[in-house]
Amino acid sequence: MKRPPTLGRAVDRGLAPFRGRRAAHLLPRTRLGGPVPWVIAIMTALTVLAVGGALALSNLAASARGELAGSATVQILEADPDLRAEQTERVAALLRQDASVEAVRIVPESEIAALLEPWLGTGEAVEAVPLPALIDLQLAAGAGEAQIEALEGRIAAAAPSARIDAQEAWLAPVLEALNSLRYMAFALIALLAFTGAAAVWLAARNALDGNRDTIEIVHLLGGSDEQVARVFQRSILFDALAGGVLGLALGTGAILLVATRFAALDSGMVAGGTLLPTDWAIVALVPLFAVGIAVYTARMTVLSSLRKML
Amino acid sequence: MSVQESAIVQFDNVGLRYGTEREVLSNISFTLFSGRFYFLTGASGAGKTSLLKLLYLAQRPSRGGMRMFGTDVITMPRDQLPKFRRRMGVVFQDFRLVDHLSAFDNIALPLRVSGVRESDLEGPVNDMLEWVGLGHRADARPATLSGGEQQRVAIARAVIARPEILVADEPTGNVDPEMALKLIRLFEALNRLGTTVVVATHDVQLIRKVPESLIMRLDKGTLSDPTGALRYPPKRTSGTGMPE
Repeated sequence: MKRPPTLGRAVDRGLAPFRGRRAAHLLPRTRLGGPVPWVIAIMTALTVLAVGGALALSNLAASARGELAGSATVQILEADPDLRAEQTERVAALLRQDASVEAVRIVPESEIAALLEPWLGTGEAVEAVPLPALIDLQLAAGAGEAQIEALEGRIAAAAPSARIDAQEAWLAPVLEALNSLRYMAFALIALLAFTGAAAVWLAARNALDGNRDTIEIVHLLGGSDEQVARVFQRSILFDALAGGVLGLALGTGAILLVATRFAALDSGMVAGGTLLPTDWAIVALVPLFAVGIAVYTARMTVLSSLRKML
Repeated sequence: MSVQESAIVQFDNVGLRYGTEREVLSNISFTLFSGRFYFLTGASGAGKTSLLKLLYLAQRPSRGGMRMFGTDVITMPRDQLPKFRRRMGVVFQDFRLVDHLSAFDNIALPLRVSGVRESDLEGPVNDMLEWVGLGHRADARPATLSGGEQQRVAIARAVIARPEILVADEPTGNVDPEMALKLIRLFEALNRLGTTVVVATHDVQLIRKVPESLIMRLDKGTLSDPTGALRYPPKRTSGTGMPE
């Protein structure tokens, strides 16, 4: 009788890695696939939108704050045009001498009329309306509310009808609203990450249940938890990558579409919300984070389930 | 050779119960020695499969002590178990082949788990397939194999990595007498190479074909020692004293 075949030596009994091609087909591909790539694609697309939105709002707030930082406007609310002109010159001269003021500009009447044109129109009716005189001033670096209050006192002595407004002050509610939207976007990102992880957890649990026999056999043949977890990680990695790339494409497309629509508004403030190259780089990292979360979740789910086996 | 050097498995007053049911194994104490050939026999329901499950570390006993390869496996951390399982070969009663893998891949599984390179495993796996008469079915999935063919794949998978101990639960139940003899010769060959073999079977004729074998008999969850197999030094028998 032919001698039975045996290996020349007993195989290496070390806990060797079980990865790559040899591990790839241990679990049937279709049982791990299913809806996972699509769920990750949707989650990634929504996260890309939320990240893009949050970054655009941050840029918008920063741009508005930068433009208005240290700016203030003095209004001379005097009905008599001669008196108003006199008070304006007096206040402007006073401001130019003040150390806390860097630049002073009397806003020409034509510019004020142009600003009000959308509301008041043009013609004699407008000329009949007493418009306040405006003085734009730029405070010196480091000047803040205390300096504005001090200026207010000095201006009041020179022109009783004058009023000073820090531009940042009237913009504060807008900035607060922008910040609220930004925080909401961050909360949305966290929620999406959690939901994505939960979806992967469910998929991994289902895959684990569906492959319990195979996993038990691999265990009884000496497969370690780490080896089995790697098989699941590998499978979820490809699903998550496919979903992530698709989600990035969808999300980026949506951002570009919305950006085109906002650009059409031709508003200076909205232009401040443009995404910078670094922002696009952050957006491009979203699918990588999605893949990372998916792989980590799958690994933890599988390891925690395997620990319940002997 | 001392007892400690040759003992590969030691059970000390082991009991096993599932849930709150009564014990399926009670007060089991024995020692298996390296390089011996054991038959585990007993009526259906006597607890043979439960005892084998303890042996191949699919189950921990409810009580008692258990040492394998000189190590206490009761207190052993769970992450150490794979190392011990790789030193064993198991033929399951229900074969437990992986459905979506071919016969080749099923047989290669223990080698792949142990980290053998693909180039190193192709030859031995193909040789093993030829030897069990399935060279032409290397790519066949288990569902397309007959019961006997599946059993041969299961046996090939159990012995491919040249285990230190081979545990087989009714390994010849679904094959014809000629193949049964061929498989038992494979077990004997492995045994001669130093592998301790434990075969659970009802088949008296099969036991007679291995004259140097030692017999353990399970009866309603308790173990008897008709051939002195469990004594030290074990009594060499030729299957006499075995229950007819």
